[in-house]
Amino acid sequence: MAVKTCGSIARMSSDHHHHHHHHDSGSHDEPRLCDTELRVRALESLLVEKGLVDPAALDAIIENYETRVGPRNGARVVAKAWTDPQYRQRLLEDATSAIAELGFQGRQGEHTQVVVNDERVHNLVVCTLCSCYPWPTLGLPPTWYKSAPYRARAVSDPRGVLKEFGLRIPDEVEIRVWDSTAEMRYLVLPRRPAGTEDLDEEALAALVTRDAMIGVGIVESPNPPEAARRGQGDGR
Amino acid sequence: MNGAHDLGGMHGFGPIDPDPNEPIFAHEWERRCFAITLAAAFTKRWNLDMSRHARERMKPDEYLSTGYYEHWLHGLETLLVESGLISVQEIEARMRGDLSRASPVPDAPAAMNADQVLAAFAQGSSVSVPTERSPRFRLGDRVRARNHHPIGHTRLPRYARGRCGIVRECRGAHIFADTNAQGLGKGEGEHLYNVEFTAEELWGEGAVARDVVRLDLWEPHLESV
Repeated sequence: MAVKTCGSIARMSSDHHHHHHHHDSGSHDEPRLCDTELRVRALESLLVEKGLVDPAALDAIIENYETRVGPRNGARVVAKAWTDPQYRQRLLEDATSAIAELGFQGRQGEHTQVVVNDERVHNLVVCTLCSCYPWPTLGLPPTWYKSAPYRARAVSDPRGVLKEFGLRIPDEVEIRVWDSTAEMRYLVLPRRPAGTEDLDEEALAALVTRDAMIGVGIVESPNPPEAARRGQGDGR
Repeated sequence: MNGAHDLGGMHGFGPIDPDPNEPIFAHEWERRCFAITLAAAFTKRWNLDMSRHARERMKPDEYLSTGYYEHWLHGLETLLVESGLISVQEIEARMRGDLSRASPVPDAPAAMNADQVLAAFAQGSSVSVPTERSPRFRLGDRVRARNHHPIGHTRLPRYARGRCGIVRECRGAHIFADTNAQGLGKGEGEHLYNVEFTAEELWGEGAVARDVVRLDLWEPHLESV
């Protein structure tokens, strides 16, 4: 059952030439189907022919995770927590139920905990053993989250990892890394940026990034003047 | 098992190199692999922990030189073959372009249709288990993660084994992944705790004293100190 690859050895190799063009490497392979593509096709056709999967269900699965589930869901949770103190409290007490109030629930979000960034603690989420991730609120994880460099170093060198994402956390702030070793899933509640007092929930949600909800980013002020950025105390 | 999947603390992989413009799936085969893996799980011939273990059993050199959906593909193929739903010969024949009829599966479960699949995803699958047994540890207890090296599946990563931490959350009983991965049934579950380890305890010299790592570990992973 050896798995031969198309494209990804070049992408994953340790000498890693800073080429980002994995789409290109795929298209070079298109004319001759690689072993991996042939294997996926073989499994799909056998599963369908044996009546074990319904082709319409496959389309529905893809459509669901490409269009309905994604980080905009998590951004709505964060914006509501920023604007509604009672919701924030429910979210911190029982995130799974509070997130379900907004219609986001189910697979890979059955047991969710929201962890709060403040002036003392910066939270960072990883899964060193596989790539566990809160699907209902963030969608499917990005490639870097699933990759060896992140999974290896998030626990042992979180400050170095954050630096690569452009974040410098002051020494007096604790970095709390959550390694998702069971079925608990973690969503970071980032700090609300300064200068957003007049924004409504929808405008706030538009500011919230996926990376901020994993903990490798922060939420930036909209059009921040340089002085406000420095004064924000968000960890730079 | 001490496989290549247990990456925490390893060196030498280089920068993280995020691509801000990546699509959800980089290749069509990744999209298909994702969908057939999720759909095939509804045959109920395996559970999520068995599925993780099937990916972990990939040879270390192969695991490290392939991407996420190649791990999924390897896991799915392993599970399909081991559960007897598809044979290696059938897969190889298809890959050669031989389209002879697939052998039927006796007692094949009916495939879930699109509505059923989406309803099942929305429902999710809780791993909480009601239990009468009281937890062995309490909030604030100092515990040590066992130093053991099981050849089967475990969710206790190598970097935490033998290290001491503090219980920060008692989460009630959850299905115990390590035994569930053996396909022996969900059992009565085991109490799950969130344990805080200081960076110094895990990584020693040079760690930032203030920093911590939190892991969810089950009672059989832990000893009193």
